[in-house]
Amino acid sequence: MTEKDQLIRKEFPILKNRNVIYLDNAATSQKPPCVIEAADQYYRMYNANPLRGLYALSVDATDAYENARKTVADFIGAARPEEIVFTRNASESLNLIAYSYARTFLKEGDEIICTIAEHHSNMLPWQQAAKVTGAKLTYLYCEKDGTLTPQMLEDIITERTKLVAVTQISNVFGRLNDIKGFAKVAHDHGAVLVADGAQSVPHVPVDVQDLDCDFLAFSGHKMFAPMGIGALYAKYDLLEKMPPFLYGGEMIEYVTTEGATYAEVPHKFEAGTVNVGGAVGLAEAIRFMQRFGWDLITKREEELTVYAMEKMKQYPYVHVIGSEDPKEHHGIITFKLDGVHPHDIAAIFDAHGIAVRAGHHCAQPLMKYLGTLSTTRASLAFYNNKEDIDAFVETLMQIRKEMGYAE
Amino acid sequence: MQNNTFYNEVLTDHNLHPIHKHHLEDANFSLEGVNPSCGDDIILNLKVEDGRIVDGAYEGDGCAISQASADMMLDLVIGKSKEEAEHLADIFLRMIKGSITEDEKEELEEASILSDVSHMPARVKCAVLGWHTMQEMLEEV
Repeated sequence: MTEKDQLIRKEFPILKNRNVIYLDNAATSQKPPCVIEAADQYYRMYNANPLRGLYALSVDATDAYENARKTVADFIGAARPEEIVFTRNASESLNLIAYSYARTFLKEGDEIICTIAEHHSNMLPWQQAAKVTGAKLTYLYCEKDGTLTPQMLEDIITERTKLVAVTQISNVFGRLNDIKGFAKVAHDHGAVLVADGAQSVPHVPVDVQDLDCDFLAFSGHKMFAPMGIGALYAKYDLLEKMPPFLYGGEMIEYVTTEGATYAEVPHKFEAGTVNVGGAVGLAEAIRFMQRFGWDLITKREEELTVYAMEKMKQYPYVHVIGSEDPKEHHGIITFKLDGVHPHDIAAIFDAHGIAVRAGHHCAQPLMKYLGTLSTTRASLAFYNNKEDIDAFVETLMQIRKEMGYAE
Repeated sequence: MQNNTFYNEVLTDHNLHPIHKHHLEDANFSLEGVNPSCGDDIILNLKVEDGRIVDGAYEGDGCAISQASADMMLDLVIGKSKEEAEHLADIFLRMIKGSITEDEKEELEEASILSDVSHMPARVKCAVLGWHTMQEMLEEV
């Protein structure tokens, strides 16, 4: 391990505590002590029900929550903090768009387009919204290597298309999609662009104003923050005209027995007591990433992906899904190993202390399109290092022998 | 590197060279068993005459545990009566839950090598797929 490796490793004690080589970062990341302590400190020093209490402690809790919102807004380049709605995770953010925006503004005869490469979280909400509104759901098929271009959207979009949903980085291919290009095509045809940022926001710099996407959903837990906190970015004027998602406490202005007027954006989308500890943890996770910086994070992840894929290429029985260029993978390496089922592959890795993901990666329609039932995925974070990759490849090359093949 | 997994030779042999993985032309009972979460998928075919399993086979895709388990199950139950097969299924499923006597384990012959699955919660569904499918099928016999 290099000095830098050791320095970064110190931030993730679980890797040593459990002696695990953790290569399932696309599922969730590990958490550094500063994040755990920030949430802990909130509950020790600032906890009260925010937004309502007329006493110092509640004001502190409110400040902690709203400062976290500002940190998130700045991190993704939002024009103002009110454009950030805190949710539980990317799935909830996407559902919020489907329930509040799509079900209100879409009608029979309209069209929704989502790509075949989407995680179920960015597919099922649109399937349901289409069923309820009578809109038609059309799939944009990627190339078999995961390529998706704005021109491919241009070829199928119509004047009836009202919403286009595209992942910024696929959790199977790892390819970075041209969200700016997709947004332009969508806007040219009068549609809004929903970007799934669950895999991108933790791994590449994202600037929503530059991308000009209308919505961006992401989770905190994939970017070193606690589980149970995520965010939805949406353009302010869209949030203004959208109805609430959930109804109840903290999201109203004035209530009578007949009805209510709703709180201002973004509070009208945050019904009930909110997750301040989670939001504080997410803000600290962002500062943690900023302390290391994008240059280091993206460079390390790219170097490790190149290193891993070069080694995997030497072994004829392994086949990586997606681009042959490691730079198109953003730390996500999904693969098949001839003759061995992914669940057996993952079990053998586990027996060697290596955590990888096996299965359909919550993308069953994509797996069917690729003609496979399931695959295995190793996904990196910047705390991984070459020793992790060496152990991973060494084990990978033993698996067929353990399963009874001669080589 | 040492082989510290439980994929021993018996298991891998049943997976790579299954005896009963083929089509069964004259089967009179057929049932598909699926584990939706991991995609294990087998079609179990039995030929049952006068309450006795005279032949059996399976087809499908899945992990080594699901495939080898189905193969070893058929090794055991072909030639047995419906009641004997149900008895073995009961023992096998209890073995996977970790509650079985040594004598009972012996009745399972080779299939007893899967007893370690009781410590692998993620793989239980794989090991029991064939047995559950057979149990369901025998209810119709």
